[in-house]
Amino acid sequence: MNLHEYQARELLSRYGIVFPEGSIASTPAEVRDIASRIGTVVIKAQVHTGGRGKAGGVKVARNPDEAAEHAKRILGSTIRGLRVGRVLVVPAATIATEAYVGLIVDREAGAPVLMVSPAGGVDIEEVAGKTPEHIHRATIDPRYGLLPHQAMALGFHLYRDVKLVRAAAELMQRLYAAFSALGGTLVEINPLATTPDGTLVPLDAKIVIDDSELPRHPKLAELRDPESEDPSEQLARAAGLSFIKLTGSVGCCVNGAGLAMATMDLVKFYGGEPANFLDIGGSSNPQKVVAALRIITADSSVRAILFNIFGGITRCDDVANGIVQATRELAVRVPIVIRLTGTNEAKAVAILTEAGFAALTDMDQAVERAVYLASPERGR
Amino acid sequence: MSIFIDDRTRVVVQGITGRDGSFHARQMLAYGTSIVAGVTPGRGGERFEDRVPVFNLMSQAMQETDPRPNTAVIYVPAMNAAAAIYEAADAGVELIVCITEGIPVLDMTRVMPYLRERRVRLIGPNCPGLISPGKSKVGIIPGNICRAGRVGVVSRSGTLTYEIVHQLSTHGFGQSTCVGIGGDPIIGTRFVDCLAAFEGDSETDAVVMIGEIGGTDEQHAAEFVRSSMRKPVVGFIAGRTAPPGRRMGHAGAIVSGAGGGAADKIAAFEQAGIRVMQRPADVVPLLTEAR
Repeated sequence: MNLHEYQARELLSRYGIVFPEGSIASTPAEVRDIASRIGTVVIKAQVHTGGRGKAGGVKVARNPDEAAEHAKRILGSTIRGLRVGRVLVVPAATIATEAYVGLIVDREAGAPVLMVSPAGGVDIEEVAGKTPEHIHRATIDPRYGLLPHQAMALGFHLYRDVKLVRAAAELMQRLYAAFSALGGTLVEINPLATTPDGTLVPLDAKIVIDDSELPRHPKLAELRDPESEDPSEQLARAAGLSFIKLTGSVGCCVNGAGLAMATMDLVKFYGGEPANFLDIGGSSNPQKVVAALRIITADSSVRAILFNIFGGITRCDDVANGIVQATRELAVRVPIVIRLTGTNEAKAVAILTEAGFAALTDMDQAVERAVYLASPERGR
Repeated sequence: MSIFIDDRTRVVVQGITGRDGSFHARQMLAYGTSIVAGVTPGRGGERFEDRVPVFNLMSQAMQETDPRPNTAVIYVPAMNAAAAIYEAADAGVELIVCITEGIPVLDMTRVMPYLRERRVRLIGPNCPGLISPGKSKVGIIPGNICRAGRVGVVSRSGTLTYEIVHQLSTHGFGQSTCVGIGGDPIIGTRFVDCLAAFEGDSETDAVVMIGEIGGTDEQHAAEFVRSSMRKPVVGFIAGRTAPPGRRMGHAGAIVSGAGGGAADKIAAFEQAGIRVMQRPADVVPLLTEAR
């Protein structure tokens, strides 16, 4: 789960990381008020995407009128497809240097890794691609935490002044404490600035929480911004489905994530484009099938629906019942292609045949048929 | 021989009285797996299906079962699954198979050094487990789709594995062992471990490896195939059409950073001489060609 910058600042400040003052606003009038209180400000769109600056989502304003002007333009606009509902307003800072400090879970090491770079203020993956020698890392043994010498060593990669090095090491410890306690998969400060008089100032913060930690942290789960995702994805989460909206015309409903990906790939192989990724999961509750069909049919670009079910634990007859029930409840206007094989396959075919559906058992045949039915040629 | 499990595998089921645990314990018993004990705190003294003794603790299951169990399979809910792994490792089993999905990744960073110190093999988490057809099944892979034979299968997925195993079985390619290593970012047993085991297994002639987007384990596997394997390997990568930055169901299936995309993995496979399937149905012709 992605958190907004303002949420990340608020959480990290509880772990003793001190940010410049900042206020959240959702109207130009509020932004004007804040600017008249603090002078020259930076207005920052709160959306879950990098590169906000380049996309016009971060603006400096020298007076309240200018601040209100910028706010009017940013609020309600969309940045990389995401609507801006809120802005963070912070005092403009005079910056001497910009560094990067971030924690991730490294798959290779199977451990948290702290990364720093003196080349801050830009996307760290860009630095990693272009100048990997500017990134310094420490692998953390979670049994001992971030050891003081590891933090100091990374601090010396950022600064010469030992006072700054110590301050940075202290900040890294607090950042790790937050990462570890909140169950982060990413916690970063970018940029971590210094002022000309030699103080450390964190200017931006990002936190991604491991979704699997949320049952442990119900308060964190409440921070999810419903506006930040596609409405269909919200519906899917509520129904316990794993769903990602894509741009094609073949709606896919599959059991299991790997098979769902392979099905999308096969749609593409036969010249079609998948409209979504959808995994109905291991259990075979007919209600899940109903929810899945509801979500897929709400997408107006879907021209055919493809079910691909491999019955292992999932029973094919349960899915068949779900399809029959769902098509009674919903007005499905596009053709449905059903492929089921495995546990209770024969029962499923009987249920579907009786309800007037054709059921296939071969995956390639089913995908080819769905791609054909969804193709624009057929519509003409 | 098969790998990791065979007819000497003696299993303790952790969470044997739960919804998933009891269902799959019955399935394993029906398949012929030797389930010698179950564990559910508070249910010690009961018998599961009138035959398998249930204990409160793993340590009791180990001490009071003769012959001693050597394998634990975990069907415990996600928030307690890491605790179950520690308990199994401490009790002294050699192999732990963790089916549970949704274990926090930081829990796994703490579990891994604990297992390394005790030299315990973990398969999973978030995996379907493994099966050596005709000998033993530990986990949830449907036994009826498998046939005993000489192809090793290793995969990060569940139902996609079943799809491909089904193709193999119906076309006369039986399996020595099918291992689902799991879809999480941090897993106990990786592709390379399984490839090394299959290479050393006298009952395996060829290997089918089913990877997906996310991470770089497939690249390491390809390097291992190139440098250290003589047996032919056929590979598949799921997620060619997955958009970057989105998690495709499995916690580990996300393209982020270098090397995580399908194209990079396929290229690594091809460079290592692995025959790459364009689609699941290619597995049979490619294996036939490799033989």
